[in-house]
Amino acid sequence: MTPASLLDLGIGAVALALAAFAGAARSSFAAIVGFVALGLLLALAWLRLGAPDVALTEVAIGGGLTGLLLIGAERRLRARAMAEASDPVSTRVRVAAAVLSAGVAAGLAAAVLSLPIPAPTLGPAALRELPRTGLDNPVTAALIAFRAFDTLAEKVVLLLALVGVWSLAPDREWGGRPGQRYPLDADGVLAFLVRLLVPVGVVFGGYILWVSAGAPGGAFQGGAILATMWLAARMAGLTDAPRLCASRVRWALAAGPLVFFAAGLAGPLVAGGFLAWPVGFEKPVIVAIEIPLMLSIAAVLGLLLAGPAQRDGAR
Amino acid sequence: MSTATLFGVYGAVLVGIGLYGMIVQTELLRRIVAFDVLGSGIFLIFGAVARRGAAGGLASDPIPQAMVITGLVVAFAATGVATALLLRLSASAEGVARRPEGPP
Repeated sequence: MTPASLLDLGIGAVALALAAFAGAARSSFAAIVGFVALGLLLALAWLRLGAPDVALTEVAIGGGLTGLLLIGAERRLRARAMAEASDPVSTRVRVAAAVLSAGVAAGLAAAVLSLPIPAPTLGPAALRELPRTGLDNPVTAALIAFRAFDTLAEKVVLLLALVGVWSLAPDREWGGRPGQRYPLDADGVLAFLVRLLVPVGVVFGGYILWVSAGAPGGAFQGGAILATMWLAARMAGLTDAPRLCASRVRWALAAGPLVFFAAGLAGPLVAGGFLAWPVGFEKPVIVAIEIPLMLSIAAVLGLLLAGPAQRDGAR
Repeated sequence: MSTATLFGVYGAVLVGIGLYGMIVQTELLRRIVAFDVLGSGIFLIFGAVARRGAAGGLASDPIPQAMVITGLVVAFAATGVATALLLRLSASAEGVARRPEGPP
């Protein structure tokens, strides 16, 4: 047994323990903390699986932003002192659920153990086409060139999710500001730290996007960092959430998908297909798409975290 | 057992834990957490498939990786909608659509 396989065993065992803790913990808050820790462990697992791009996304979005979202919801539910828990399920249901879950897990494990050998892979095909994209990171190339349609559709899904969240606002608050207004303590430690942190974070978010051409990173990871910086500035009271009906908000959300879609529509004219990039200009086109894309991702992630409008509504 | 297979099996167990939680949890927020655990398990299985597809000097097949990155973002969006629905539900359960609480 090599140290590396011991490491794998350890990561997996702790991850399973954290998942079980997230299910069994007495308070919701403890369960969420367990889930966030699980996200960090899974990032290690992704590194062991040779996927640093996914590890970055897991830390930033899977653990980080999802954890923030859940903790925010938990705090507000607790503030309402809601007794929403219905009767606990009966032992019979528990046993049936355990049998069903164990069966599903066993079936999946059997499927994993009987995967075909040699494994099918698109790796060589991706490497063969990689020089034509002007990028060195095959994952970025897959996201923005080989499977650009997925990425475009995903942007639309994000916007639809945001519309879904917004539509839960009470009528009279429609178009108002989401979340609460945090008080500013101009000489406080928090405001000081955030003033130091935000410029660094913004530069780092841009860096993560820029290096994704050749190294792990990308528009999602960079966008998640920018969204977090915006959240930090809001929590320190340095800025307030904008009114959701403001046209600059709408444009910030739409700019990335619109540029992406427009470039895709230009594809048949200049490169012979929807979402095909012109030969010789792939890299500049991709960069020109990814920058607005990252800003829109940051806006949509930040606003999904902020939730529906709650105050200063139109009516 | 290779790294890929090992994490694939862990992913399968995570799916089981998440599914069990989704059925037996009574608090809705806990169900959302269980849903996210289930999703993590599915992504991890996909990661095992990607790792098995390592070829040509790549540590892992890039196409499944890109799909998992897309999936993680969509899972976040789904969690956002679910928690927003839950908060709205609890506000309605209070019998009002009044202004929410001020700063804590």
